[in-house]
Amino acid sequence: MKDIKEYIESGILELYVAGKLSEQENQEVHEMMYEHPEIKKEVEEIEKAILLLTASVAPGTVSFNNILNHLNSNDKRVIPLKTRYNWVTYTGWAASILLAAGLVYNYQSKVDLQGELELTERENRILEIKFEDSQEALVQTQNTLDAIRSKDVITIPLGGQGNFADSYAKVYWNKEDNSIYIDGSGLPETPTGKVWQIWSLTLNPLTPTSLGTIDSFNDDEDKLFKFENEYSSEAFGITLEPTGGSESPTMDQLHTLGVVNSNP
Amino acid sequence: MTSLDNLIIRFKNKEVDAFEKLYEMYSDSIYGVIMNIVRNEEMATELLQDSFLKAWNNAETYNSKKGRFFTWMLNIARNSAIDKTRSKAFKQSRKNLDSSLFVDIIPDNENLDNKTDAIGIKNYVKALGETCKQLIELLYFKGFTHKEAAEELGNPIGTIKTRNRNCIKQLRDMVL
Repeated sequence: MKDIKEYIESGILELYVAGKLSEQENQEVHEMMYEHPEIKKEVEEIEKAILLLTASVAPGTVSFNNILNHLNSNDKRVIPLKTRYNWVTYTGWAASILLAAGLVYNYQSKVDLQGELELTERENRILEIKFEDSQEALVQTQNTLDAIRSKDVITIPLGGQGNFADSYAKVYWNKEDNSIYIDGSGLPETPTGKVWQIWSLTLNPLTPTSLGTIDSFNDDEDKLFKFENEYSSEAFGITLEPTGGSESPTMDQLHTLGVVNSNP
Repeated sequence: MTSLDNLIIRFKNKEVDAFEKLYEMYSDSIYGVIMNIVRNEEMATELLQDSFLKAWNNAETYNSKKGRFFTWMLNIARNSAIDKTRSKAFKQSRKNLDSSLFVDIIPDNENLDNKTDAIGIKNYVKALGETCKQLIELLYFKGFTHKEAAEELGNPIGTIKTRNRNCIKQLRDMVL
């Protein structure tokens, strides 16, 4: 147990009267007061001194009548409130709780729906993009198809050569607009560092002229490639060349070759 | 059971005569504390009435385990008065609050209906040291915690409690 004298001398009782101790400290002082009459007496004396001191600052005394007038005008209304409205209070609280629960439920549903809505919207956007891509691809394919079906186009099949007997290709040549389409679907994928190079050939004497290289062969889906061809080609050949192409065809890498029929 | 405990029980039971007794015991002191905060008699009178009505309407919330009845009233009154000083109307009417201490507003003339011997108290209080006056101002009139008072006065927290104890002791020796 605490030394009572020391407890009193600590100054805690003066702060207790000032009203600025923690709730726990207040309870402790209260207990000490009831256990030890000398502590209670001390608190009362401190309070008395403070009462006198603070009262001395008052400009005068205000009569209780002021308060009484207020009480008389308010009392009759204030007191019945407590008993009369009890069930109203309880049902009010019950209604509030139900309302709150309802609001929480509604809010949760809203959040869930919003999530679903966002997901659906995202899926829609992805589908739209896919649809546009397909549409574009379809238009391109249609254009290509129109181009090779044109009455001005002649078809030259290119057969596999030597070790590459399994390879084949086709050239669609539109002499009107000097363009050719290569259908390379019968060619194998190119190894790294190699590309297909297209040659226009005249036969007598045998003179190859490069029409260009297919740089994106492996990535292309329909393997249809368009080239300009302003030459009077008598044959077309495709060789495998190092990336960037060669000046003249590497003959042992000649995969396919086809002669243009003068009378298709 | 002391008569004060009994009064408080009856007060909590909403017995007006008990309320009146308590009012007579404490209203001058509460009035003084409010007056020192707002420094305006009309306003202080109104706040005094508001504070006691607030106490009456919330009588059931008072618990003697949490502090003295006077202390409870003191807190209600200080809070009301400090709230008032923060109001726009108050700030407009009084731009600068007097920085003087409670000691400076103790009425000089003997007030016939004031139960306290104000003149006598004033002389005693004047005899207190400056630190004591400031400490009493902060702790009892303004409602500072002892930590806040220590900061305000630039004193170590550890010495505030005993210093205040000595001040109140001097006061008790003089007035009781």
